[in-house]
Amino acid sequence: MRSYLPLYRDALLLTLRIGWQGVLLALILGIVCAAILQMRVPVLRTIVVIYVELFRNTPLLVQLFFLYFALPKIGIRMTPEMCGTLGLGLIGGAYMSETFRSGLDSIAPIQEESAVSLGMSRSQAFRYVILPQAVSSSVPGLVANVIFLLKETSVFSTISLMDLMFTAKDLIGMYAKTLECLTLLVIFYLIMLLPVSILGSVLERRMRYAEFGD
Amino acid sequence: MGKDNTILEISHLHKAYGDHVVLDDVSLTVQQGEVVVIIGPSGCGKSTLLRCINALEDIQGGQILLEGNEVRQDSKLISQMRQKIGMVFQSYDLFPHKTVLDNITLAPVKVQKRPKSEAEEEALELLQRVGLEERKDDYPRQLSGGQKQRVAIVRALCMHPEILLLDEITAALDPEMVREVLDVVLSLARAGRTMLIVTHEMSFARAIADRVLFLENGGIVEESTDPEAFFRQPSTERAAQFLHTFDYEKPVKESREAKGTDRMELAEEP
Repeated sequence: MRSYLPLYRDALLLTLRIGWQGVLLALILGIVCAAILQMRVPVLRTIVVIYVELFRNTPLLVQLFFLYFALPKIGIRMTPEMCGTLGLGLIGGAYMSETFRSGLDSIAPIQEESAVSLGMSRSQAFRYVILPQAVSSSVPGLVANVIFLLKETSVFSTISLMDLMFTAKDLIGMYAKTLECLTLLVIFYLIMLLPVSILGSVLERRMRYAEFGD
Repeated sequence: MGKDNTILEISHLHKAYGDHVVLDDVSLTVQQGEVVVIIGPSGCGKSTLLRCINALEDIQGGQILLEGNEVRQDSKLISQMRQKIGMVFQSYDLFPHKTVLDNITLAPVKVQKRPKSEAEEEALELLQRVGLEERKDDYPRQLSGGQKQRVAIVRALCMHPEILLLDEITAALDPEMVREVLDVVLSLARAGRTMLIVTHEMSFARAIADRVLFLENGGIVEESTDPEAFFRQPSTERAAQFLHTFDYEKPVKESREAKGTDRMELAEEP
């Protein structure tokens, strides 16, 4: 069993790398999309709605297959790692934008009014007043999304990325130590995700300042 | 007063939500240093009028001129114009994620690009004047309603506005906190600040106003440059009726008299 550990460790590092790249992309996409929806930018708004519905309502596995197997047919070729990052970023962006949007909805319109009445432009009001509050009230949802996305990396194995799931399947195939390999798999997912959960609860407690009322 | 002193000039303002007319042909000018108080029943359009002046609402007709420049929601200069119009809302609306000091300095630093140290210096000086310099590092949720409202006034002042719009700033406060806020406004009036005030505090209106407007059903029904006389005896029936709703002396006297006779009757019984 001990000889498997370096393999699992490498797989964990790869999963983490792609996972965090994907999460980062998802966060950026999510903020941009939520801002477009919130500011009711014409045309772009429709595109965002279509994008969100498309990616929220199809499985990541199908999206990955599309990126990895279908796009090369029209000449768009990407490495498995790029596909993984992009796939995770795209589905995550759709979820994050919904989470940010509900965070933005929770901010009273008068916050923007008092910001613009101080002479701020709408984008300044968004950046300095609305967004920080929306982010802090979105934290619980965002943490849940991050955990969900990091777990979803388990489908990367299907596009031949040597992530945790791939490694476990590979080892089971070679040595047939199903119980041991799967137990290790569970342990390694926990190693990856428990810190995220704990960090999430700390963040939630730290960012309670957006609570309203006296 | 000469035309040069005019800060705000509203002519034939018309505001409607669909078929519902909120403001109908409202004209009004405010001179520099003048304190104009608008009173009127709920829903008469007084808050909407203030929101129109700040272009928080679009208007369907008429014109609003601030120092001769038109205030329009779609104007490219609207942010610059809003800097000259300080507004304080009923519900204070401080930014909950920022400390008192950051609430005040955010717009001076980000909008007017003033150095942070200079803006903070001025903010502290203003906070001191309203007795809140010790609360500079607190978050809004740690303050009472009256304190929040004083911070909101300071936040507006720190932008050096030409005119201050106060929209029922004591309406959401507990009664014992009304005074501390109104005292701040009174001191601003004494210092010659131009203000347009919507309020339900009649004795305050009487004390502070250079001019009183009575607004009803979206129109100015009565205008008086003699607040004392207006509050004693308005010249329109509708204003008299409105002011009467704030007068408790008569009904209290009547009920006392009624009680008095009750007691007498009871006393006589055994």
